Amino acid sequence: MSDKEHAPANEPKQPPRQSWLSRNHRYIETNAFLLLVFAFVAVSIGGAVQIVPLFYLDNTIEKVEGMRPYSPLELTGRDIYVREGCYTCHSQMIRTMLDEQERYGHYSLAAESMYDHPFQWGSKRTGPDLARVGGRYSDAWHVAHFHNPRDLVPESVMPAYPWLAQTQVDSDQVQATMRANGRAGVPYTDEMIDAAKADFRAQADPDNGDVEGLLERYPKAVARNFDTQPGVTELDAVIAYLQMLGTLVDFSTYTPEASR
Amino acid sequence: METYTFLRTLADSWGMLAMLVIFAGVVFWAFRPGSRKAQDDAANQIFRNEDKPKDDGNGH
Amino acid sequence: MLDGVKIAAFGLGALMFAIATNWGHDQAYRVHALLLTALCAAGFVWSIRTAGARQPVNVESSYMDGPIRYGVVATAFWAIVGFLMGTLIAFQLAYPDLNLGLPWTSFGRLRPLHTSAVIFAFGGNGLIATSFYVVQRTCATRLWGGNAAWFVFWGYNLFIVLAATGYVLGSTQSLEYAEPEWYADLWLTIVWVVYLAIYLGTLVKRKEPHIYVANWFYLSFIITVALLHVVNNLAVPVSIWSSASVALWPGVQGAMIQWWYGHNAVAFFLTVPFLAMMYYFVPKQANRPVYSYRLSIIHFWSLIFLYIWAGPHHLHYTALPDWAQILGMVMSIILWMPSWGGAINGLMTLQGAWDKLRTDPILRMMVVALAFYTMATFEGPMMSIRAVNSLSHYTDWTIGHVHSGVLGFNGLLTSAALYYLVPRLWKRERLYSLSLVSWHFWLATIGIVLYASSMWIAGITQGLMWREVDSLGFLVNSFADTVAAMHPMYVIRALGGVLYLTGGLIMAWNLWKTVMSEPLRAETVPAE
Repeated sequence: MSDKEHAPANEPKQPPRQSWLSRNHRYIETNAFLLLVFAFVAVSIGGAVQIVPLFYLDNTIEKVEGMRPYSPLELTGRDIYVREGCYTCHSQMIRTMLDEQERYGHYSLAAESMYDHPFQWGSKRTGPDLARVGGRYSDAWHVAHFHNPRDLVPESVMPAYPWLAQTQVDSDQVQATMRANGRAGVPYTDEMIDAAKADFRAQADPDNGDVEGLLERYPKAVARNFDTQPGVTELDAVIAYLQMLGTLVDFSTYTPEASR
Repeated sequence: METYTFLRTLADSWGMLAMLVIFAGVVFWAFRPGSRKAQDDAANQIFRNEDKPKDDGNGH
Repeated sequence: MLDGVKIAAFGLGALMFAIATNWGHDQAYRVHALLLTALCAAGFVWSIRTAGARQPVNVESSYMDGPIRYGVVATAFWAIVGFLMGTLIAFQLAYPDLNLGLPWTSFGRLRPLHTSAVIFAFGGNGLIATSFYVVQRTCATRLWGGNAAWFVFWGYNLFIVLAATGYVLGSTQSLEYAEPEWYADLWLTIVWVVYLAIYLGTLVKRKEPHIYVANWFYLSFIITVALLHVVNNLAVPVSIWSSASVALWPGVQGAMIQWWYGHNAVAFFLTVPFLAMMYYFVPKQANRPVYSYRLSIIHFWSLIFLYIWAGPHHLHYTALPDWAQILGMVMSIILWMPSWGGAINGLMTLQGAWDKLRTDPILRMMVVALAFYTMATFEGPMMSIRAVNSLSHYTDWTIGHVHSGVLGFNGLLTSAALYYLVPRLWKRERLYSLSLVSWHFWLATIGIVLYASSMWIAGITQGLMWREVDSLGFLVNSFADTVAAMHPMYVIRALGGVLYLTGGLIMAWNLWKTVMSEPLRAETVPAE
């Protein structure tokens, strides 16, 4: 590489000319703290460039009408969806390819998960996408399907979830959950939180509740006794959540942006 | 939208140039003249002090 | 003084967790609080019984290998647990009745148990143990921080137990590879900061002039995982008496942050520190220095700089803005170069010593691990191209890709490191049986081939069936048709898992017999 390598061993140790880099490289190569700082800078750049603009560029989330926070019963159903790990086999993200739109409906918008903490886009489709499953199947279909999927779809490899229909779910935690969502940025109003327990009950038992108030606070919410059983079960909550998925956005208000 | 266009242009020009320059710097640093001896020494470091710490002459 | 603090802390902890057990809102929280009450009570008794015990003097003249031995045992234990879980859920996908209709045994809860057990329990324990081993030998000094290394071992494994039991009881954040809930995350953060302090402290007090390149990789693994863990897990707990929390990041930003985390769990947990293992154990086992130390410097900086950008390739054609998708794709393709640069550096270390592959099954295992790494890091950039990804995403191709990397590279390299470490740590003359190593090697390799090829076929079949349209533009296959087509591939994959698990059991047996064999010679000094 250089003639220095062939120099006799008894030559003076200091070579005549040295650049700044060769005088100082030892500090970087031999100083643990400098190594730490340089490595930290190196790994911070990529993430910062990709993440920070998403919070500031106003074309990140499309401006559409219809999105609203989850109703108390839907939110409870969503927590059960998360608890059972449904995201390990079902996506909620329809990509822009034609076959996906043919199979599942309009491609998903960023706006449609703006109140999701966290998002449920998924990464694997062992089962079909659920982003627009709302209204596709009847409540009775869902009840039977959760009891044993193979009764309706013989090829299915989905686990049976018989305990959902057998487990009553109460609304003790729903207000605390809504407040925590509020702190994370979901626009729950004081009125929504005050009415949460009544709304929770009314959505699963519309004959004995203030459904008008519920629909005013949560437009397009589906209020039914989903599992036809008395009381509110985990199955009621999950079906309420599924029947809402993908039904909220008014696509007549959506114009795609050319450059995003 | 203005910010978006600005950032994209910046990334396509100066951003890419900066990364190329830094990469060239790293390559130069690794292959700089006179680093061979130190690197050979470091590469062979794993073959010393296998069973116990180096005695630094201070009693431990 | 310190004894008093320990006794008081354990006593207070037991009391606090007993109250939390009583007030907890959900099952996972109450079980965890009860577990912590019991552990604190045990710690209380232990700290009273050991109070006033004298600390050994002049420990600086030896390496601290105790926590490493425990780490090696934990690595082998969690390997079996993780492989067993993987095999079980593979069979569940082929035969859904195996979900048993019970909440605790259904696929959705066991899948995070499998991923966490193999990545964080098996991989993580292996990384902590090997990093402590390597940093001491290359710095020629004892670990900094005294008993803090024990805290890291026990604290990390407590995190694993909290995470694993949490999933089974339904406590999860639903962020892939970051499923543990808020209190487990906080605990891991504390443990990780102590780990960083020990590592950095040892580097600072080293007695060699240079910081050997393996330590660069380990150090960047520790700090980057800290950064990823903290940012991705920011959450608002619903109540301090509940395991539930609400993730701070919403929708599309959350997706970007999760896959920035998720891909870099692959990068900085499953690649960077395993390359550190490569830079130490491959030269040691081959008994020659690494092929090019200069290349390793370029390898290090370009790999850590580029890897962090690759996240968005998990989100092609989604609602993530296009600029981020394309940036992620381009960086993922460039990443191919440093990946192969490093792999070639590792493989070329054997230059002039390839004949050793015939006689040394441990070296053979390392080399095949690097071969799998080379294949996986070619396949990865290819799958990050948007056109390829449109077919492969959401299918089993991704699963096959990941497993060719983790079973082939991480699994085999860690196993080889365990074979290297056990005789040295327990001061045994040699491994119990080299032919059992060969058995492990062949079972694992055939298992991986069955796994990767079946998932490759499954994924491409699935992707093509989903997009198949007839001459009028209508979809040809219902979703259920594509599920039925997967069945034979799922069976083959599960059998591959059985072979890999069998190899793991043989390894555990071999290591156990090695530890139980006669010591090299009578010890004149205590091991510690």
